[in-house]
Amino acid sequence: MALLEVKDLKVRVEEREILHGLTLTVNEGEIHAIMGPNGSGKSTLSHVIAGKPGYEVTDGQILFKGEDLLEMSPDERAAKGVFLAFQYPVEIPGVATMNFLRTALNAQRKARGEDEYSTPDFLKKVREVSKSLNIPQDMLKRGVNVGFSGGEKKRNEVLQMALFEPSLCILDEMDSGLDIDALRIAADGVNALRSPKRSMVVITHYQRLLNYIVPDVVHVMSKGRVVKSGGKELALELEASGYAQFEDAA
Amino acid sequence: MNVAVAKTGKGRAVSDLFTSAEGRLPGSSGVTAVRREAFETYERLGLPHRRIEEWKYTDLRALVGEVLPLAAAPDAAALKRAAEAVKAHAISGARKLVLVDGAFVADLSDVKALAAEAGFRTLRETLDKDAGLLKTATVDAMIALNAAMATDGVVLSIADGAQLSAPIQIIHIATAASASAFSRSKVTIGKGARATIVETFVAAGAAAYQINDAVLVSVGDGADVAHIRLMDDAPDAVNVSSQFVTIGANVKYNFFNMTTGAAVSRLQGFITLAGEGSELSANGVNLLQKTEHGDTTLVVDHAVPNCVSREVFRAVIDDRAHSVFQGRIIVRPDAQKTDGKMMTRALLLSDEAEADNKPELEIFADDVSCGHGATAGALDDSLLFYLKARGLPEKQAQALLIQAFVGEAIEQIADDGLREHVIGIAERWLERRQ
Repeated sequence: MALLEVKDLKVRVEEREILHGLTLTVNEGEIHAIMGPNGSGKSTLSHVIAGKPGYEVTDGQILFKGEDLLEMSPDERAAKGVFLAFQYPVEIPGVATMNFLRTALNAQRKARGEDEYSTPDFLKKVREVSKSLNIPQDMLKRGVNVGFSGGEKKRNEVLQMALFEPSLCILDEMDSGLDIDALRIAADGVNALRSPKRSMVVITHYQRLLNYIVPDVVHVMSKGRVVKSGGKELALELEASGYAQFEDAA
Repeated sequence: MNVAVAKTGKGRAVSDLFTSAEGRLPGSSGVTAVRREAFETYERLGLPHRRIEEWKYTDLRALVGEVLPLAAAPDAAALKRAAEAVKAHAISGARKLVLVDGAFVADLSDVKALAAEAGFRTLRETLDKDAGLLKTATVDAMIALNAAMATDGVVLSIADGAQLSAPIQIIHIATAASASAFSRSKVTIGKGARATIVETFVAAGAAAYQINDAVLVSVGDGADVAHIRLMDDAPDAVNVSSQFVTIGANVKYNFFNMTTGAAVSRLQGFITLAGEGSELSANGVNLLQKTEHGDTTLVVDHAVPNCVSREVFRAVIDDRAHSVFQGRIIVRPDAQKTDGKMMTRALLLSDEAEADNKPELEIFADDVSCGHGATAGALDDSLLFYLKARGLPEKQAQALLIQAFVGEAIEQIADDGLREHVIGIAERWLERRQ
């Protein structure tokens, strides 16, 4: 069953069209990789799905579980199960990570009409999840991402993914700024969250990340469109031949 | 010769304010003479306006127009409302001293429990012995008016070496609508003493009232003092408060003010570091919405060498509200090795919100380290989006960032319980804008 359907999406930023009719379908439980050169519109797609302001959708639609995602505010999308792991997670001084996690989780549960977590239940859940991701407790006491290394910031994103249990995870350039060890830890965290009920869209410039998070489907984006789709072997092919052939095709 | 009678903006004769109240003001003839002189000063100066430098941003003639008549003594119904307000706003464990419309109310206060730890009298009881209570070094119209009209207040004396086991909370409650309350208090803290003083201003069913309060604090050598003010008045009230603090040697003085109410409020503080080796931490938060106007004006006077002063102020301004911070640091010629820093930041939540920051350094010594900084800006969109993408609705995301913004000032309060109390008031303010 289709979880995410992007249909002929056209998006502008400040009068300039970035996506020129993008179509993409992600079924439940599938992992899709979106690869492409810089400026092909990969990050724009992730931002539009999450609801970041500043993007004007001029045509097309995005359906999530059959509902019109573009009609929802970013917090409503999160509560419905959309999770964007940021390429550059922001630092929020003065907001303790623990307080942020509890506020966010309970806001999502409230929006879904579920009971909010009590403090002890929440603490128990965070401890379990952070332990499995090797996140030290003192990191949770600090301000959100404040003073975190690149690897710690990405692990914090994975921690939130594990805690919020979204049905769609979009990983935007998760490998940027990570060394190979940090990448492996973050990827292990993501792999542990793979489930038949959860889909992922892995946006990356390099094939390297896909050695760790192995996709079901690979799409190549160029100049605001998907120009080729295939199996995981497509990523290897790209690694060998580069993006130039698709830039011409688009 | 025509003698013009000074009139208020609303046409009432200014002198009526005093003549109609005079018979009810405490003090014998000596005190009355001091009051008359003070009122003459007020009559001469009138309500402060924008052409008076210190009041440039807070033009009371335009904002307030006139001073309302003195509130009547609270009746039984008012005292009942006040009792409810005491319950709602009391800090757990604190020794309470309650003033209702400017009159001390023993029945609502913990006089007996306090007696074991500190000397206490009312202003009413003390004035005849000490008319100096009505005199201050700095004279401006509102301070003079306070001296003329003060009906009551608390006179506290904490002995040398006393270690107070609980905070003393002075609770000012307004129950009378469209009337003024004038109070004046004195706090004397002995050498080596340790004390926490909290002042709370709230309303109990009153609207459109005016407060004019003055507090005189003197701190003995080696004392350790936390002084917290919470101006949580009704949204249409006026509160003009003046503080005079004189600090001895090797003192730690930690001051915090938070303004979360009043149509027009001004806290003017005059803090003098008069003994060497003392550390002053003066911090504050203004949380303003609708058309509220909140002014914090602080003069820190380094009169002697080797003192440290730190000021951290935060203003959160919504709708068409207006926040003013005027901070002056004076370093006298002898006050070498002074270390004085002041940082103020304003967060503007609407396009029509206004912040005025006026830092002033007057440095007459040559071996000092002084500095100030001021910023004003909106909430960071990238932080807001991150929080919303995690499921926080707009207002809740804003609230979290606002709490973080003011946290830097609030965290200067050392006591956990008091800090939580202050955070609670800030949270209620945030809920009002949901």
